[in-house]
Amino acid sequence: MEARGKERVINPKSKIQNPKSRSVVWRQFRRNRGALIGMILLCAIGGAALAGPFAWPFDYWRGDLRQQFLAPGAMHWLGTDEFGRDQLARVLYGLRVSLLVGLVAAAINVLIGSLYGGVSGYFGGRTDDLMMRVVEVFYGIPMLLVVMLLMTVLGRGLLNVFVAIGLVYWLGMARIVRGQVLSLKERDYVEAARALGASSGRIIVRHLLPNTLGVVIIAGTLRIPEAIFIEAFLSFVGLGIAEPRASLGSLVAGSLGNLEMQPWLLLGPSVAISSLMLAFNFVGDGLRDAFDPQMRT
Amino acid sequence: MLRYLLSRILQCLATLWVIATVTFFLSKLIPGGPYDPDKPPPKEVRDKIDAYYHLDRPVVVQYVHCMGRMARLDLGPSYRFLDQPVQRLILRHFPPSAVLGLLALAIALALGVPLGVYAALRQNRLGDWGTLALAIVGVSVPNFVLGTVLLYVFVYRLGWFEIGVVEGPRLTTLLLPAVTLGGFSLAFVTRMTRASMIEVLRQDYVRTARAKGVSRRRVVWLHTFRNAMLPILTYLGPLAAALLTGSFVVEHIFHIPGLGEFFVQSLNDDPPAILGVALFYSALLILFNLAVDLLYGLADPRIAIGAQPKEK
Repeated sequence: MEARGKERVINPKSKIQNPKSRSVVWRQFRRNRGALIGMILLCAIGGAALAGPFAWPFDYWRGDLRQQFLAPGAMHWLGTDEFGRDQLARVLYGLRVSLLVGLVAAAINVLIGSLYGGVSGYFGGRTDDLMMRVVEVFYGIPMLLVVMLLMTVLGRGLLNVFVAIGLVYWLGMARIVRGQVLSLKERDYVEAARALGASSGRIIVRHLLPNTLGVVIIAGTLRIPEAIFIEAFLSFVGLGIAEPRASLGSLVAGSLGNLEMQPWLLLGPSVAISSLMLAFNFVGDGLRDAFDPQMRT
Repeated sequence: MLRYLLSRILQCLATLWVIATVTFFLSKLIPGGPYDPDKPPPKEVRDKIDAYYHLDRPVVVQYVHCMGRMARLDLGPSYRFLDQPVQRLILRHFPPSAVLGLLALAIALALGVPLGVYAALRQNRLGDWGTLALAIVGVSVPNFVLGTVLLYVFVYRLGWFEIGVVEGPRLTTLLLPAVTLGGFSLAFVTRMTRASMIEVLRQDYVRTARAKGVSRRRVVWLHTFRNAMLPILTYLGPLAAALLTGSFVVEHIFHIPGLGEFFVQSLNDDPPAILGVALFYSALLILFNLAVDLLYGLADPRIAIGAQPKEK
């Protein structure tokens, strides 16, 4: 935020130069019914994930073996699992994990991608050629395989999920930021900063990257559901979050083994992850439309 | 054209080499070897096994040896299945995955394209909204949720299908997995087709054609559809990647002895198999993407493949 304030001082014309100012974007975003629904849904899910563990009387890890496989009832709204743990508590915890992974992993993607793309675009020439060639070569790699391998090497756990997803999926971000920086670096304020003796690093981090913020926020928002999906996938195949912690993916996997006798265990995690993805898809579509109506689908 | 092709192939080879290197060193970090460390066999046996897998040499030598072997398309012996070269294991597990993947792709394209066209032609009317709603739900429901729900409803509740039938692939055993695998792609293709159709329908030449009195059907199918399909081609790459990702999940849910399940099971204790399958998958995807790029150039004469971008 501080950086954005600075940028205004240096470049007071930015509002005019930008094809669309923030308020216009926001107005169009609000007008989009899908995006609004997504926003509301997202707030509801986020609120449940945040407040749920305080409001709900059961802990996600505390089991009672006398209460195995209870069907949904007044006590346990979504029933209990094979250790007698309350399924709703586990789903709420899984939602927290999902949201956290989405935010942290996407943030790491944005960070790495912005720096890489910023440096590549700013220096241009041979550096840019080389750095983009590397991105091109990496682009062909099925990243999910690398993430799965990383998880096998690092071992299961929340922190490792952050690292594995964060380190791998930044290529797209790097390309986007590079493109932005390529055009931004010709602006007068960059010249002014350089004339005042600002170092390259300072120009990239303080002047160029803050001006790519709008585009980066959209691209970053679109990364969140992808990161959430990857975490759930990893946990589903047994590579992500480890017991007793719960992830929406591992909860679905857990219900798979008991599907014949205890089908209700599938309900909670399925609805939770699907509505989370739905909400993010609505919001993502809305953001894209608001910024670029040409791409409206 | 030839130069472009050559540089693309070089780039693909570089990608493969990076994958091989990354996978090699990562798989070296995975604990476990060709024998159980808790119950190690006698020393002579161990030495023999280590020599067989070249584990008695420094890692760098192993790496060079491994790369040389891969260049000759030999992926080396597996740890889990002694005496079995990894390429043979891959070839054994690949057919079910391939059949499933192709079936899913067929479902996605055969249903997604017509649905997208239908929605585009009734833009902002009920049929369009319905299709769009279905499509956005389709891209939102993760494949492992879809698969598990389908398994519960159609196998456990209704009993319409069986799973885990070994004797030969039959349509009844493949339908649910294929729908699970293709579900996301179907929704994706529908949305893309709709968007692309709408964009082309707005073009001036389409209006001109209508104004000239060309029938609506002719305009839609001859003038619009063919041009609208071009961008769809570019989505085939990500689509193939999605199918590959899905195979890990679908084969697990429906007990299909395919390559995805084989890879997941190899992750714990079979580095040569990991390396082999990762390379195989990557090569497959890279070839697919290359083919799509070339096809795109052939389909759209406006794109001159390999043309140098004009200097400003």
